[in-house]
Order: sequence, then C-alpha cells, then structure tokens
Amino acid sequence: MAAGMHIAWFEEIGLGDREQVGGKGGSLGELTRAGIAVPPGYVVRTAAFERFLGTLEQCAPVRAAVTPLKSYDLEAITDCSRTLRRRIEEAELPGEVLEELSAAHERLVHQDPEQPVAVRSSATCEDAQEASFAGLQDTYLWVRGVAETARRVRSCWASLYSVESISYRLTHGFSEERVAMAVVVQKMVDAATAGVMFTRSPTTGDRSVVTVEASWGVGSAVVGGEVTPDRWVLGKITGEISVREISDKQIQHVAAAGGGVASVAVSEERRRLACLSDEELQQLRALARRVERHYGSAQDIEWAIDRQSGAILLLQSRPETVWSVKDAAPLAKPEQDPLLHVMSVFGTRQCR
Amino acid sequence: MNTQSAAFPAPSSLKVVPGTERAQAAYPYYMQFTAADDQRFWFYNSMHFPEPMSAFDMVTAEAAYCALGSSTTRVHCIPTTLGIDYRIINGRVYIGGNAVTDPAEVARRTSEFQQRAFYYYGNWERLYAQWRDKMMVLIREAQAFPRLELPEFEPLANVHAGRGIAANHRLLDIYQKTLEGYFRMWHHHFEFLLLGYGAYMTFFAFCKKAFPEISDQTIARMVAGIEAEIFRPDEEVRRLARRAVELGVDDEFREGRTPPAVIAALESRGAAGRDWLAELATSRDPWFNINVGDGFYHYHRSWNDDLSMPFAGLPGYIARIKAGESVQRPIETLKQQRRQLIEDYRELLGSEEERQAYDQMIGLAHRVFPYVEGHKFYCEHWYTNLFFNKIREFGALLAAHGFFAREEDVFHLTHFELEAAIIDLMTSWSNGSPPRGPEYWPHIVSERRAAIAEWAKHSTPPALGPVPEVIDDPAIVMLWGITRESLDRWLRAGTDASSRELRGFAASSGVVEGPACVVRSVEEIGRVRAGDILVCQITNPTWAPIFQKIAGAVSDIGGSMSHAAIVAREFGLPAVVGTGTATSRIKDGQRIRVDGGRGIVTLLT
Repeated sequence: MAAGMHIAWFEEIGLGDREQVGGKGGSLGELTRAGIAVPPGYVVRTAAFERFLGTLEQCAPVRAAVTPLKSYDLEAITDCSRTLRRRIEEAELPGEVLEELSAAHERLVHQDPEQPVAVRSSATCEDAQEASFAGLQDTYLWVRGVAETARRVRSCWASLYSVESISYRLTHGFSEERVAMAVVVQKMVDAATAGVMFTRSPTTGDRSVVTVEASWGVGSAVVGGEVTPDRWVLGKITGEISVREISDKQIQHVAAAGGGVASVAVSEERRRLACLSDEELQQLRALARRVERHYGSAQDIEWAIDRQSGAILLLQSRPETVWSVKDAAPLAKPEQDPLLHVMSVFGTRQCR
Repeated sequence: MNTQSAAFPAPSSLKVVPGTERAQAAYPYYMQFTAADDQRFWFYNSMHFPEPMSAFDMVTAEAAYCALGSSTTRVHCIPTTLGIDYRIINGRVYIGGNAVTDPAEVARRTSEFQQRAFYYYGNWERLYAQWRDKMMVLIREAQAFPRLELPEFEPLANVHAGRGIAANHRLLDIYQKTLEGYFRMWHHHFEFLLLGYGAYMTFFAFCKKAFPEISDQTIARMVAGIEAEIFRPDEEVRRLARRAVELGVDDEFREGRTPPAVIAALESRGAAGRDWLAELATSRDPWFNINVGDGFYHYHRSWNDDLSMPFAGLPGYIARIKAGESVQRPIETLKQQRRQLIEDYRELLGSEEERQAYDQMIGLAHRVFPYVEGHKFYCEHWYTNLFFNKIREFGALLAAHGFFAREEDVFHLTHFELEAAIIDLMTSWSNGSPPRGPEYWPHIVSERRAAIAEWAKHSTPPALGPVPEVIDDPAIVMLWGITRESLDRWLRAGTDASSRELRGFAASSGVVEGPACVVRSVEEIGRVRAGDILVCQITNPTWAPIFQKIAGAVSDIGGSMSHAAIVAREFGLPAVVGTGTATSRIKDGQRIRVDGGRGIVTLLT
C-alpha cells in the first residue's frame, strides 16, 4: 500500500501527518480512516515540493528571493511573484516524483483516462491555522490525465507564491523556510448539490444546531459566494428543522467542456426549488454529528452529493474558530446546594 | 425608553358596553377598576379566561388569586414579587403584578424564601405525597356532600333522633362547605405551583443560554413525565377500544353514533356488552373526571358529564387495533428517548462544570415536575367539576322554586347573591310564605345573559396602562409567559389584520396543510373528519382521543409548555397554540397550513 516518500494515500494518513500532507490532506485522511465517505485520493507530500524546490533552487533562489522583500513594497512583491510562479509552472517534476505520481494516478483512475480528478492545495504552515490561509490557495476541478494533473500540482505550488500569499506571509512574519505545500488529488465528484455545514451556529454559537448551506452543482459556487445558497437550521439532536430559507439560485458550477468548471444559469423551474430533501438534510445532520464526535470539537464541513449515486461525500472538515475562542467562563457552575440555582429565577431582578 | 408612546389604553378609557352597566355592576366592588388603576400596567388574562366571565364563574379568579397571592406573598415569600391584582370589565379579567423593588426588602424576603421554599424543595416527595392525601380528602368530602332536599316536612327520623337542625339550614351548610372547599382547593393548587414552575424555569433558562436556538418543546420533552396523570384519560380510551375488540363488541362503535345509543346497544349484547360497560365504569372513576376545557368555566363539562369526547375516539382506535396496530403508548421507548435526549444535550455542553450544573438543574426539574403535571387533574379537572356540578344542583333546586327558568341560570348570580337566594328559599320554607326570588331574579338573569353574549362580540385590548420597561415578575413570566417581546407584538398587532399569517407558540413541530374544522364547542366534535386541521379555542389534552384522526391543531389559547403541546408532540401532530384569533379569523373548511415548528398558521384560500 505504501506509495513511496512523495505520495501518500488518504488511508495512510491522519491529522498527525499535517506537516507532510497539509491541513486538507490530513483532514481527508482522518475522515477516510474514521470510515466517513470521502472521494478517494492521494496526497502529493511536501517532500515532493521540497524536492522540486531543491531542483529549482539549483538554477536560482526561490525562498531567498522572497525573504528580503518588504510587505509594503507591492511592486517588488508583484515582480517576484510573477517570476517565481512562471518558473514553478514551467519546470518539469523531478523524475522520481513524476514516476510516483503517475503510478498513484493510474491506480486512482483505474486506467480510465477520462476519469476527472480535483487537484487541491493543502498548505502547511506551522505558525498559522490552516484556516487563515483559506481562500489564498487554488483548487482545480475536472482535471484529466497524468500530465494535466502534474501541471495542476505545479499550479498549486505556484499559488504559494501568489502576490496575496507572499504578502500574507511577509505581513505576519512567517518564515519562508517553513512554508511548504502538499497537494491533494482525488476523484472528482460530479455534484448534483453541494455546500457547507457548520456544527455550531455561525450566528449564535449554539452547539445544538447544524446549519446547512447548499446550492445546485459543485460547491465552488457556494464557497466562492457566487450564489445565495439555500439555508437550513436543524436541531443537532432532534433533527427538527427550525429554519428553511430557499433562495433564488441563479447560477451553478458544472463541468466545463475542456476541464475546470463553468458557471451556468439554473433553469427557471429549478431556481427556487429546495436543493436538498428533508431526508438528505437528516443524512447531513447524522454526518455532522459523526464528524464532530470524531474530532471532539465543532467543525466547518464541505460536502457534495454525487449526481450518479446520490451518496453524500465529505470534501473537507476543519475546526470552527470563531465561537470556540469565546467560550471563556462557564454559563453556570455546580452549586454546593443545588437549590441555589433557583435564585436565578426567584431572587434577582431579571434584567434583559 | 419612552414609556409614554408605548402605552396601552388606560383602564379609565375602557368603557362598559352600553346597556350592560347593571351586569357590570354585579361584580363585587373590589373587582371594579378605579381611577388609581390608570397608573398601573394590566393585561387581559386570555390564557385562563378567554371568554367573558359570568358573575358566578368569577369565583374561580377570586379563589385562585387569593391562593396564588398567599403563596407568593406570605407562605413561600418569593423575594421579588407579591401576588396578583385582578379587575373585571365587560366580563374580561385583567390582572397586574405586584413587584418588590426595594433591594432591602428583596434581601429580607430572600432569607424568608430560603427557609420556606428550600424546605419544600428538600422534602418534595414527602410533602407531595401528603398533598395528594389532602386532595383526596377534599375530593371525598365534596363527593360526600348530601343531595339537596327541601321536603315538605322534616323527616320523622330526624325529629326522633333529636337532630334539632332543619333541612333548610342544611342547604346553607352544604353551600358554604361547597364554597369553602373550592377556596381550599385553590390553596392546594398553589401550594407547590410557583416552586415547581420556578425549578423548571431555572433549567429552561439555562438551556436557552447554553443552546440559544433550542426549541421550548425540546426542553419540555426533557422534563415532561411519561406516566403523568394527564395521559391517563386517553390511555383509558385506548384500553376500552382494546377491550371492545377482545370482547367482540367492537362493531357497536360507529362514527356518528351517540354514546347513549352505543350504551343501549351494549346493554342488550349479553355478558360481553355488560363486561365492556363494567370496564367503562372503572375508567370513568376517576379518569373521566376531566374537563373538555381548562375547568375555569362552569360550562367546561367533564367526560363523565358528556361521553361524546371519549366515545369520539373509540372507532379510530378500534380500527387501528383491528389493523394489527398496537395503540398502547410505548412507555419504555418514550422513557429511553427522554434519557437519550437529556444525555445528548448534556454532551454538547462546553465544560464539565456546565454539565454538573445541568445535572443539578434537571435533577430538580424532574423532582418537581410530577406535581406540575399532576395537580391539574386533581384541581382544575376533578375538583372543579364536582364544585360546578354541586352549584348546578343548587341551580336546579332554585329553578324548581321558580327563581329562574333553568338550572344553568344559577351561574349568573355571584356567589354572594347565590347565598342570598338560598337564604331567601330557606326563609320561605321556614315561614310558609312564597320566596321573593321568583320576582327578583328572572329579569336580572336574562339581563346578565344578554350582557355576556354582548361582551363576547367585543374584542378587548390585550393590555391596559403604561408599558413596563421590563417584565420581571417571576409569577407573570412563569404562569403567563408574558415578556416585553410579547407586549411589543401586541402593540404592533391590529395593524396587520389583513395578513394571511397568524402567529402563535410553536407547540409541536411539523408542517401540514388541510381543511380547517373550526370547533367552538365540544358538541361539535362529531364534525371533525380524518385529515382535518382542528381549530379551536383551547387544545386541551382531553381532546387527545381525536388527535389520532386530525392532521394538525391550532388554538387561540395556550403556551408551548402546556399539556396540549406535550400531548400533541407525542402524537407527532403539528400544532400551533396561543394564536389569539384563530377561531375568529379562520373559516370552517378553509385550507390552511400549520407550521408547528415555527408557530405560524397560513391561510391558503
């Protein structure tokens, strides 16, 4: 099963391997091992990035080119970014890495050259929560064949040197030496419906509800904010649906002819239809509880429903970060005499 | 906050409906509004008294508030509140709280409260067992009141026994004991009530803080007892359905057949029919001593007075049993579900400290809840029913002596006036002259009857007087669920009468659409068809037998903690309660949508 030093299958890794496989890779591995349905795939480890960078550095510095830049000097950052990205995108993968990648890829697609995959950045940065990088890295959908996959792996690596990424690291004083990127390659889910869910209310911090946001097609439209998703709030324990907001979903992301996604109009009759059935919502709720239990903390989860099988697949799960930092004082403490609790009702003026 | 702009009409601006002044004046002086009342906030107690109160029925408000206030003000000494003031105008009962605001006084009362209430909490089971004994004594006493008799001559046996007290005096004695029993019952009713609700509210408030989006119903489900008395009447109907099938007499129970017709048919069905009627007799005592309303009006009759309600449920249960279904409540499953629910929410809490506090609070809520659920059966149902029926006997006696036409007319006399009428009759019996009542009462009774009908046509403001900035009287918050938010909603209401939506309390979740069956009295219960959405003033748990055939329920009155809500949830029946206006705004047969999870009723046609 072991895939060599540059590639790791989801089954082989977990959260403990984030340094080598990045946050996203670690999370997908963790979920796979927990028996939760995830589109199968592998991770191009940071070792492959280091190897690649080493080859690149033989010609000209990469990390050393970034370190001396000043965070306010946008012009210099832009110049540097352009040069580095071009170098990364144009260079070949080192032979050994390419060999491992090709073997893994063949195994993933089962000799079906038409089987599309998603290529997703999975950054590691010891100094920052992976969430802080959210939105700064790229994802490539409906990628076909080894060559194209290898190219998109390099694109992901190159995104580490985007103007935004460089600026972010400079501003926060992150060491370039410790910045690395793994890349996730997994079977593409042709999503009928996709979205996100939160195991803690984003608005009230309530741990007893699951908030689901979803729209037609691939989740990139929801995550990218291109569509106002349908929204539901479900009791995590009871399954009771307390909020149903069905929005006008004008566009959806679907497979584009030459790879990638295209944004297309949703047909008139489907725009205002709920994109999830109550049964699917209940399945999502069960899944949310399972994932949260597994991690032992509130999670933000990306998921998709496969158009063919109707199966719900998880694409990402990461810890909720907004409310967890607010949980300082307990709402109530045990009392020596339990009866004293009633004084909160009887004994005090109840101010609003 | 500008309290001037946010004010309800002053009590003095509320006029007695023209032509009903004398009926209004019939209520005792201490229930009438005065000029000083303009300075205070009052709200219409539509929860307990949704219809104009007849002169006699006001005894319920009188006895209840006397007892409630004793408990809060002087027995348990709730630190922040005294008792409830009440007034009546146009038959509508307005009530106002009496908050304690001086911190020194709150502190003084806190020390009293902890010596008293904490003793009750600490000895709850023993005191509650004692309470049930006291209630049963009270009930047995009321059941033992002799029949009212005014024979031409005192029975010879009494004379020979040297009793020395004549039959006319016994009328007064029975009347005063009947009235005394009712006032006493209300003291028992409130002996634990505020403490019970307070313990529940403590847990409730914590849950709302820990889980801001948790529904009221979910909290109620964590606390509600599975084997509470309130489920028993319907369980008896299910049992009777099962016995009918077992005895092979189920074919006698047909939709639309009246209870007397069914009973007559069973009487001629030999042993099996008699066996079933014997089963019915055991169910009736005590479980059919349950009112079809909340028991606050003389016309809320019990199942025992009118078997229509339980019999309406029998054909449906019989059909389900014959289809192989079990109609028994799955007690063990329900208990397991409740345990799981409590455990699941516990697990979601943020820390071990919170979990320990949660355990303490729900522990206390469970301890007090059997009383909160159980007292209604003994007080509002069983005893109230005995009381009004005894008064009805006095009505029959007075009607027989020409005081008024029908026994029900007695309820147009205040309890003071009724005593006067009884003394009038006693005097007449003793001196041989005709009673004065027949000349005096008929006109007054018809005037008051007309006034009640007139008042029912007029809506009344939900509240009067200046709006308080905060509603912080625990009694008002607990018993009536009134908050600043509900006042704001009332202030806004009236402006959106054209809306297609009615809002109430989310009582039992689920969404359903169907034709409305607007039922104004229990006699109409036979009109309800399978799949209808029941629209009524009060969805009382005693209506449970027809819950099996309806698709949803909507009521004017009620809160999400009400028993009706608990029973509806167990039937999985979408329900919205406390809409205020459902029976007047929804037309019979109109298609409506009930969203029981959000508390919204939508008029579709």
